[in-house]
Amino acid sequence: MTPDIWVMITGILAASALGLIGSFLVLRQNGMLGDAISHAVLPGLVLAFLITSSRNVVPMVIGAGLFGLLTAYLTELLSQTRRVYSDAAMGIVFTLLFAVGVIMVALFAEQVDLDQECVLYGEIAYTPWNTFVVGGTNLGPRAVWILGSVLLANLGFILLFYKQLKISSFDPQMAVAVGISEKKWHYLLMTMVSLTVVSAFESVGAILVVAMLIIPGATAYLLTSRLHTMLLLSVGIGIICAVGGFMGASYFDASIAGFMAVVGGIVFALVFAGTLIAKRIHQTRYTSERQHIAETISG
Amino acid sequence: MDWWDLTVRFFSLADANVRWVVFGSILLGGAAGGLGCFAYLQKRSLMGDALAHAALPGVGLAFLVVGRKDFLALLLGASITGWLGALAINYIVRESKIKLDAALGIVLTVFFGLGIVILTYIQKSGSGSQSGLDKFLFGQAAAMGRNDVVILGIVALTMLAVVALGFSKFKLISFDPGFGRSLGMQVGLLQFVLTTMIVFAVTIGLQAVGVVLMAAMLITPAAAARQWTDKLQRMVMLASLFGILSGLFGAYISFLAPRFPTGPWMVIVVTAVFVLSVLFAPQRGVISFIRQHYANRRRMTREHVLKVLFKAGQDSRQWKTYYPVDQIKRMWSFTQHELNAALAGLQKQGMMEKSGGMYRLSDDGITEGARVTRLHRLWEVYLSRYLELPEDHVHRDAEDMEHIITPEMEARLEELLEHPEYDPHRQEIPYIGKRSQA
Repeated sequence: MTPDIWVMITGILAASALGLIGSFLVLRQNGMLGDAISHAVLPGLVLAFLITSSRNVVPMVIGAGLFGLLTAYLTELLSQTRRVYSDAAMGIVFTLLFAVGVIMVALFAEQVDLDQECVLYGEIAYTPWNTFVVGGTNLGPRAVWILGSVLLANLGFILLFYKQLKISSFDPQMAVAVGISEKKWHYLLMTMVSLTVVSAFESVGAILVVAMLIIPGATAYLLTSRLHTMLLLSVGIGIICAVGGFMGASYFDASIAGFMAVVGGIVFALVFAGTLIAKRIHQTRYTSERQHIAETISG
Repeated sequence: MDWWDLTVRFFSLADANVRWVVFGSILLGGAAGGLGCFAYLQKRSLMGDALAHAALPGVGLAFLVVGRKDFLALLLGASITGWLGALAINYIVRESKIKLDAALGIVLTVFFGLGIVILTYIQKSGSGSQSGLDKFLFGQAAAMGRNDVVILGIVALTMLAVVALGFSKFKLISFDPGFGRSLGMQVGLLQFVLTTMIVFAVTIGLQAVGVVLMAAMLITPAAAARQWTDKLQRMVMLASLFGILSGLFGAYISFLAPRFPTGPWMVIVVTAVFVLSVLFAPQRGVISFIRQHYANRRRMTREHVLKVLFKAGQDSRQWKTYYPVDQIKRMWSFTQHELNAALAGLQKQGMMEKSGGMYRLSDDGITEGARVTRLHRLWEVYLSRYLELPEDHVHRDAEDMEHIITPEMEARLEELLEHPEYDPHRQEIPYIGKRSQA
């Protein structure tokens, strides 16, 4: 297969995995979590680098994953004290962790060959050449394997616990009433988000991850209120972004990840405009019906 | 030079470079801190973060148009796209079922993605002077010069003036936009002015402290200030003060150790202020809350001790008996520790008399024990008479209420129940120590 196809497959896998899990973040009004995690993992990466003194992927993903979880956990802890609003709590936590990370990078500048903003920014364009070789056999790009497993894990998680995730996302009070622990599912979901986000970072870069975590889910949410339809739509929209973004980037010779986010924005804008027009038509029809009824009654 | 000399040199501001960095950081911290209060109260704290990211395409476009790294041009470009991002966020939230968090996420990623596309395009088109364009976004306070500080100062003063002039209006829309609308205020316009100021604060801050850290300066000082006061005016002043302090100390730390950037230290200092505020603020502080909680528990234990001893006296018609501690302990589920503390406390208050390791109620103690018992039994009567609860259901509730009922409530209860003599368990309601009201 040509490298282009591999890049597109990587993009599709990433967008699908992120779109699925991101839909729940949209429902839980936690849409900025991806952005928060993408910054807060910096100290984890530096620590992994310092401990193993290499840019080996596995420790980096573990370090980042731990700090991703820490972000979700500290945010929850802080908002549970009810001393700050939850959005501010998240902002305080991730900016602090990022600041600590930047200082660590500055402190260990000699040992750490990391840059504060390019640290975790895998580049999707390079994925075809970073292959997974077992016993001399080339099994294809590593990113495809990693993202494929992440997608399967997310699918399995959602299918197995569909009911619990649905109730605790749509109606936390109802969840408590039927004996589903809102907290437990919150933390499980946060763990899945953290793992997905961090393993995708390494292959395709932060901006694409954060974009695909929020845009497909939010766009799907505009179109439906049913969870399973929303999940399916989010995967479809993710695929459109991946393919469209790749083609646009090739045409303009620009960043693929950036272009995927831009295509996501275009898709969102089109759907949004569509819902606005539909609403307008509905309103006009409703008004004319009311006028008709009013005339009938008075006439 | 040792630490002290460096400190003196820093705070004397003799060094021109130091002076600009300090002024710049202070202006930035103060302006962002004060402005952040309005965003905080409207639960729009992450707005700054999204707008800071939305500035990136503006930086790229301005560079494409002007062809060099002109500070004012980049600032203008950043403001324009940041401001477009703000409009998009408000529009999405108003016109669709998408909530603020998702709208912020969408605008942040789409704009930032577009910015990256533009920057990669510039890089590949091979313009020689584009390097360092990202520095504009990721912050370098140490590079602040006189011109930057002048611009910062103008923007900060303008914002101060706008906030001061429209303070009461901004206050109203921060707490109750619906009410503002009903008064005929142009809530949309005021919101727009606030958002525009946040865009400017973010863009002038970008170059000094970077995207993320600028977001922090809009959130953390406001959240810290909120712990100390319920008044918006004080909150704004405190948040500005916290911002200024963190600017000063951030600059100081990076002056002592030049390899440390100013921005991150500003954030760490202001987060430390926030943590201290959450812990130690007089009323909302976690520590004062815990203290209050334990004080209440100790008071409840003391009242239980008085009540059980009063009951023992009432049952035996004998008030002068001394009871050993063990026996008191058996009258209620006291732990040894809390009972000892309560007995010591009561003795100090003159409600308890001690002799040979044994205790009895003093006259004041009898009156107080009677009061607690009376409240308990009055509440039981109330529940059984007015809510018609069976008599075995009223005790638990009365256990809580006996500590809460105020003298005013007590008087009302007595009047309502016509000074009952017995509770639903046929126990006498004591009116000892109360003037007869009949």
